Amino acid sequence: MTDTLTAAPPDAATPAARRRVGTRAYRLTALVAALGALVLAGVLSVTFGAREIAYADLVAALGGAQDNISQAAVAQRVPRTFLAMLVGAALGLAGAVMQGVTRNPLADPGILGVTSGSSLAVVVGIAFFGLSTSGGYIWVAILGAAVAAAVVYAIGSMGRGGATPLKLALAGAAMSAAFSSLVSAILLPRIQVMDSFRFWQIGGVGGATPEKITVALPFLLGGTLLSFLVARGLNSLALGDDLAAGLGERVALTRALAAVGAVTLCGAATAVAGPIGFVGLVVPHACRLVVGTDHRWLLPLSMLVGAVLLTLADVVGRVVARPAEVDVGIITALIGAPVFIIIVRRMRARAL
Amino acid sequence: MSTAYATRPSPSPLRAGRRRRVASRRRAAALLGVLVLTLFALSLMVGQTFYGPGEVWRVVLGQDVPGASFTVGTLRLPRAVLGLVAGASLGIAGVTFQTMLRNPLASPDIIGISAGASAAAVVGIVVLRVDEALVSGMAIVAALVTALVIYLLAYRDGVLGTRLILIGIGIAAMLDSVVAYVIVRAAAWDLQVAMRWLTGSLNGATWGIVLPLVVAAAVLMPALLAQSRQLDLLQHGDDTASALGVRVERTRLTVIVAAVALIAFATAAAGPIAFVAFLAGPIAARVVGAGGSLMIPAALTGALLVLAADLAGQHLFGTRYPVGVITGVLGAPYLVYLLIRTNRAGGSL
Repeated sequence: MTDTLTAAPPDAATPAARRRVGTRAYRLTALVAALGALVLAGVLSVTFGAREIAYADLVAALGGAQDNISQAAVAQRVPRTFLAMLVGAALGLAGAVMQGVTRNPLADPGILGVTSGSSLAVVVGIAFFGLSTSGGYIWVAILGAAVAAAVVYAIGSMGRGGATPLKLALAGAAMSAAFSSLVSAILLPRIQVMDSFRFWQIGGVGGATPEKITVALPFLLGGTLLSFLVARGLNSLALGDDLAAGLGERVALTRALAAVGAVTLCGAATAVAGPIGFVGLVVPHACRLVVGTDHRWLLPLSMLVGAVLLTLADVVGRVVARPAEVDVGIITALIGAPVFIIIVRRMRARAL
Repeated sequence: MSTAYATRPSPSPLRAGRRRRVASRRRAAALLGVLVLTLFALSLMVGQTFYGPGEVWRVVLGQDVPGASFTVGTLRLPRAVLGLVAGASLGIAGVTFQTMLRNPLASPDIIGISAGASAAAVVGIVVLRVDEALVSGMAIVAALVTALVIYLLAYRDGVLGTRLILIGIGIAAMLDSVVAYVIVRAAAWDLQVAMRWLTGSLNGATWGIVLPLVVAAAVLMPALLAQSRQLDLLQHGDDTASALGVRVERTRLTVIVAAVALIAFATAAAGPIAFVAFLAGPIAARVVGAGGSLMIPAALTGALLVLAADLAGQHLFGTRYPVGVITGVLGAPYLVYLLIRTNRAGGSL
């Protein structure tokens, strides 16, 4: 709770400020450690996969050789690893921003139905409007994410008490169910292959290509920039709208910018990786334990940890069911749902 | 209404009013029953080839009718029976949970009990390759365990309805990903078979699949109906109910076990047909009106929903949609409507 006070100008003379300097070093260490973990996860992701690969082939492939199947497999793992990192970072950051904007510990792009909304939008675009380019996917996915977020928030905040966690989570679950039923209804007559069907129901990073990454990158960067811009504003919002306004925060503007940032991140991530849930829920909660509630630290750390989590989850998915691969969306749900339950259990009855 | 007052002067207007309400509830329930029978007959008659009621009736009686005997007797009859019984089981079990927990959202398909049965069934069929009877058994055990786990996790100085629902949503998400995981491993499957476990479907119904469900429903539904009065009294709170002579703990345990088992049998046979358990109760309440047990109307409504959705999914569109896709598309807007209405009323969810 005291962390919210860091929004005030620093005063180096007080003991509290000295403690904060200590915290600052601690937080920097956390960031560096997360960066190290990310590098490690990247190495693991290139090394391990559905196929076991000799060290020599690995090195040769990273040098650009593609002489045998092993080396080709490694060459495929490289874009896949980058995509997992980007999508994980986007979802972790989007989750942290959403939790800040809605002041709701259960906010997550997956739980609130935002990712399945953008999934539905892309599927509709492909089926009825001849959408076929990756660039087009992204715009449509962001539009879908924005509509879904607005609808869920509108439904969840009706009535007394505003948007309580229960109402938001229920509205999100209902809309998710509706969206994925519609996705099934649209896809079933058009494809008979489980693989391409699965992609829009359960997200995965298996289909990564350098092209997908380059298309998504500008959107992810834009969303990230917007989110970082409002980090300080989110700290004020945590105090409540009235107090934030009293502190000179333009509440509506901050909310709107943060929402646009989060929706852009989710939409772009879903367009290239399908709907992936629970990363945005778990990561900010874990990061808050380390760096506290200051969004200026929470957002970058959530980004890094999100990237680490999704990359590792993808490695697990590739190794656990050899020779088949398990989509990363399944792994994140298995990891994330217990965390969701723990958070619910710790919430006070009144807060529900 | 006014003619009833005029022609039948009653000594007690109160009693007359009650009699009228009971009669109108009976009429509404009978109407539901007629609708279910009509849809059942339609499911037997309509298909790639149309068979008239006469031919269908002869097949049902066991006579040999060229062509119709196979199409109706072997293909359509198990499918229609599965739709009828699975729908009724989901409906009655759903309304039981909603009544007991006093919350329309606390239906077994939303709080993850169906997901538990579905996960066990798909593991039994795909991974362990056991036969139908054992699959039903595994589904029941898994559903009961899921219900127990949700209850224990939601317990903290008493079970709070909202916490139970949220924890159920989390458990459902986890179990759904188990189903997805198993289906991914069985990659050689075609989409239609996989859909049965993702959204529920009546495709590929055989007597071997249908029979365990029919037997279970014949035992468990009467057991639930026998408790319906006690269950209604429980709604007034445990103390009031026990003062009125209800053995609270025993009633609750019987009701939970019977309802969970019905869900499990239905799910083992037809997959987790989306939203039927959730929708049947509220719709039945709309149709027959309040003031009495909703079990029979909800069972009829459940059967009606599944039969109608299956007929629509099979014949109304260019493609054959599994029943769960249709109920999912229809059910989700209703859930949203329910949320909006409850939120507007300022009620506590």
